[in-house]
Amino acid sequence: MSVTAVAAGTRAAAGAEGAPEEVRRGRRSTPYLLLLPGMAWLVLFFAVPVFALASLSLQTRVPGAEIGVYTQTFRWANYSDALTEYAPQFIRSFLYAGLATVLCLAIGYPLAYAIALKAGRWRNLMLIAVIAPFFTSFILRTIAWRQVLADSGPVTSTLHTLHLLPAGTSLTASGTAVVAGLTYNFLPFMVLPLYASLERLDPRLIEAAGDLYATAPVGFRRVTLPLSMPGVVAGTLLTFIPASGDYVNAALLGNPSTQMIGNVVDSRFFRIVDYPTAAALSFVLMAAILLLVTFYIRRAGTEELV
Amino acid sequence: MAGRDLRLDGITKTFGSFTAVDGISLDVPSGSFFALLGPSGCGKTTTLRMVAGLERPTRGRILLGDEDITDARPYRRPVNTVFQSYALFPHLDVFENVAFGLRRRRAGDVRAKVAEALELVELGHLARRKPSQLSGGQQQRVALARAVVNRPDVLLLDEPLGALDLKLRRQMQLELKRIQTEVGITFVHVTHDQEEAMTMADTIAVMNAGRIEQLGSPIDLYESPATAYVANFLGQSNLLPAAVADRSGASVLVDVDGGRIAVPADRCRSAGREVLVGVRPEKVQLERGGTPPAGMNSLSGGLVTDASFTGTSTQYVVQLPSGRQLTAFAQNTGRATVLPVGCSVTVCWEAAHTFGLDGAEDAAAGIETPDGPATAVRSGVPDEPTVADESRAQTTSAGRDGSA
Repeated sequence: MSVTAVAAGTRAAAGAEGAPEEVRRGRRSTPYLLLLPGMAWLVLFFAVPVFALASLSLQTRVPGAEIGVYTQTFRWANYSDALTEYAPQFIRSFLYAGLATVLCLAIGYPLAYAIALKAGRWRNLMLIAVIAPFFTSFILRTIAWRQVLADSGPVTSTLHTLHLLPAGTSLTASGTAVVAGLTYNFLPFMVLPLYASLERLDPRLIEAAGDLYATAPVGFRRVTLPLSMPGVVAGTLLTFIPASGDYVNAALLGNPSTQMIGNVVDSRFFRIVDYPTAAALSFVLMAAILLLVTFYIRRAGTEELV
Repeated sequence: MAGRDLRLDGITKTFGSFTAVDGISLDVPSGSFFALLGPSGCGKTTTLRMVAGLERPTRGRILLGDEDITDARPYRRPVNTVFQSYALFPHLDVFENVAFGLRRRRAGDVRAKVAEALELVELGHLARRKPSQLSGGQQQRVALARAVVNRPDVLLLDEPLGALDLKLRRQMQLELKRIQTEVGITFVHVTHDQEEAMTMADTIAVMNAGRIEQLGSPIDLYESPATAYVANFLGQSNLLPAAVADRSGASVLVDVDGGRIAVPADRCRSAGREVLVGVRPEKVQLERGGTPPAGMNSLSGGLVTDASFTGTSTQYVVQLPSGRQLTAFAQNTGRATVLPVGCSVTVCWEAAHTFGLDGAEDAAAGIETPDGPATAVRSGVPDEPTVADESRAQTTSAGRDGSA
């Protein structure tokens, strides 16, 4: 009723004395109402599980009981044990994720730049092409990479012919394959934020840089790149964070010596049923990523931009 | 610093089948304030962008002194631009924006030069602000300082005052003129605002459909327009079709609306029988009865159909016996009262103020606003003359002064 009173114009609103007051109170509670579904979701499916996981990570096995029965003993050593045992997998995870992020940036930036500034009427088609892989299953696409990198496949045979790959070595089941898979799977997460920030870039700024004696490379370094930094930061985070926790690529494209921390968590949880170690590893991963990201954002200083 | 003259030689630019600029040749002397004036789409901005190097001419050459810069990349030209939307770098503060060009050229003494440029535009105290923290007028000044600091041979201004409100625009017009005089750089200024062009420029090129209609000083263009387009685009004009009666004397005598009037021969641009006779509204006087002063062009039998009092002047629309309408501005000197609507008048003006255009021209060419007073000249069906009612006439046309 109050809405119609406002819509009817000032005269009507002034006539119905209670209406404006009602409207104001309604507006004050609106933000909270809008937050409610999201908050409820987060509490139920994030806060509660995280708490449960934290509690699990400090439990120990009940002696003599069946496999998978644990009791709370607040054993902090679970963490130091997990860390010392799986340090190589941690390091490998961040190394692979870092490499994949750098590769994604190297491939994704020119691509996003071309789509945003040069594609013209092909822009939408190219954007769809970037998203199109999502239409099929993540697992299937990753398995397809085995075919792509197979010994008899085009990539390996070409590299052998060009003597870029020593004879007898293959690309499948290797660290290279895992990084390639990660790069492939997370490329859209790099391209889309980059596209969003480059698309907002006023082309006249590039013209202005040229007008002010900047050659094309200098104009890029001084104007385009700094103005697209929000996209670079968002893209690298969206790539690096899920890539460091990923286990599908390492499981399907790697070998036992290329295991990432995700694979360890997976096997601890589902195969060995060692819940406390898996939970502790998850927490260490979360903390490490949080630390890295905080440091990175501090350095990149996104709030300085625009 | 001795600058170099800018010369455009037969510049043409086509986009697909559309010709934006059609064979323009211009000479802009060093140190002058030159305006390219025309409505949107007339090719003035394209011309400017070709000088800046942001577009390549399809044909023709651009010369700076003796140097051919037609194909030079933008960063190789001693030319800087003040962009329409300023195009300030949002991630750099005012100081770094202004220093951008100097740093790229590795110029020495950046700090002092930037400080001097910022002093010139009176923004020295805002050097560490980001562009987003500045008002429109301040951003405009930063854009100007950023270009001027490089001391280019030619400074290009693309509708630099377009985004500012009227009051600020007036102020910036005077300031731009002051800065140009102070630094002595050639300014080439693109605008669609005829008043802005006239206020600032030494020379104006009026552009229409990719060509230059007329080039000259503001006074030349205003007092002796060469085409109906210029006559209507720069201020307002009364244009009446007339037939030449006698060409023998120092004045061409023409018949118009049942009267015979004189056009100075050197101001008559038509050699044929048909002439468009023109006179500016402020030159026209309205005489109520009696005989008009001798030696003046006069047309009798006029009827005042509209009188709008705007404060500084009263704008009259007078209907001639033929049904054609004529506009007259009477300055509010306090000596004459506002004539009522319906009043019979004789319109007269000094013969020397008359100009003659080619009779084949469209008298309505170059009229921007379809409801502006100038359209009255061409409208065939005038309003029915109403009973004289002074106060009513004043209120009905209160909105007119905006289009004057």
